[in-house]
Amino acid sequence: MFVPCDRGGGSANPDFKGFTLLMPAVSVGNVGQLAIDLVISTLNMTKVGYFYTDCLVPMVGNNPYATGEENSMELSINAEVYSLPSKKLVVLQIRSPFIKNKYRPFCQALLSWVKSSKCARVVLLSSSHAYQRDDEQLLGTPLRYLLTPDLEKAVGGLMQELNWKEMEKVAAYPGINDTEKVLHIPGGGITKLLFTESCSKGIQMAVLLKFCSEGDNIPDAFALVNYLNEWLQRIKSEVSSNNSTDTSSQWKIPSSWRLLFGNGLPPALF
Amino acid sequence: MATFFGEVVVAPSRAGVDDESAEEACEETPEDREIRRELEKKREVDVLWTLKSGASAGSSAGEPFACSKFIVAIGRNAAAFLSSFVLDSVCWEVVGVVKLWNEWCRTSNTTNVLPTDSFCLFYQLISDPTVLLCQCSCYVAEDQQFQWLEKVFGCMQKEGLQVTILSTCPVADYKTQESTLTLTSPFLKALKTKEFKEQVCCPLLEQPNIVRDLPAA
Repeated sequence: MFVPCDRGGGSANPDFKGFTLLMPAVSVGNVGQLAIDLVISTLNMTKVGYFYTDCLVPMVGNNPYATGEENSMELSINAEVYSLPSKKLVVLQIRSPFIKNKYRPFCQALLSWVKSSKCARVVLLSSSHAYQRDDEQLLGTPLRYLLTPDLEKAVGGLMQELNWKEMEKVAAYPGINDTEKVLHIPGGGITKLLFTESCSKGIQMAVLLKFCSEGDNIPDAFALVNYLNEWLQRIKSEVSSNNSTDTSSQWKIPSSWRLLFGNGLPPALF
Repeated sequence: MATFFGEVVVAPSRAGVDDESAEEACEETPEDREIRRELEKKREVDVLWTLKSGASAGSSAGEPFACSKFIVAIGRNAAAFLSSFVLDSVCWEVVGVVKLWNEWCRTSNTTNVLPTDSFCLFYQLISDPTVLLCQCSCYVAEDQQFQWLEKVFGCMQKEGLQVTILSTCPVADYKTQESTLTLTSPFLKALKTKEFKEQVCCPLLEQPNIVRDLPAA
């Protein structure tokens, strides 16, 4: 599934041993994907390959992170992998929705690639419908996390320190039997499937998600990426050299976020 | 989000669509599996070649045939362009057809088509049999695009192959700082791989515009 880029001079298959894989779920508001765009753009990550898969709707365009004429002509497709070896970070960006009935094959292929490329852990950025929150969830932070048992052992304590909230389980049969609880992530796309598969395969995975609704999700993306940074900054060196408390300024918005809400106005309107 | 790089969904909720079906998939009964298999069979893409070089008339041609240039016209406008300006019965002959069905259209394996039909035909230049042309005026659904791609390109030698894809998009989908009313349409834009070294005849497609579906595949 993974096809390395031919960078000439580099090894055929880049080595991700011990790396953290950061990836989005295609979920409500596309928040995970927007957050990943911010990470790739800010860290100026290099593309190292793509996924050749029949599970996602095909799309192609020119480089979404172009900063000028010279780098604006590289083609970009629906599932690409970027890396930053100095931070042991590999990032997958998914740009189109899943084709019906292809969720499970994709998750399986992805997790098997995670294992074969020996990534140490996976961090999945996702979101869930804000309107599905219960009374308690309406108060306080809209950000949640989940850890697979294998990762819980490694970083569970850190989550306590950060004062993060774990995603609550809901009753499997509300109103009838409130004791049996299940994980429910409405609007989360493949989040739940990927998480449960990772639990059963012994993969270290963390899910970071935000409750949100469709609309202008750029602030949600910033919130999510800052949430991620609270954790990753603790165990890695600073993401950016800027130590200011204004966290939104340290992220670089990619050029492809132009015209997110339509074209310029027709002069004839006035 | 209103638009986002890679935005391809036309449904009201562009993300997290159908996460229920992802859960249902693991609770499939044998009957569900059977129904799904039948549906998949119905949606299979069949590529039938009638090349003179002796390649078998079936979707699994023996050896990949030599191809130096492959021009693919996707959509009615692009197909009509080729019919009007390129194709004729003297220089080109039909060498293949794609048979598929989806909710939007059905093609057949007849090669005698009307311009208003939905069809997908392959032509070969008689004077240079390594030049192939494809007119695909039928809609190839999302779940069939990959199959189409693999089955068509699977039959060709890819070494030294130059592929040109012609398609159209509505001007309303074009994202630009100015209003689209002031643009002189129709206009051409291109995308090219870094291996394509020749001169492109029109400006490149600017960010954040994208191409989706079969042309993208």
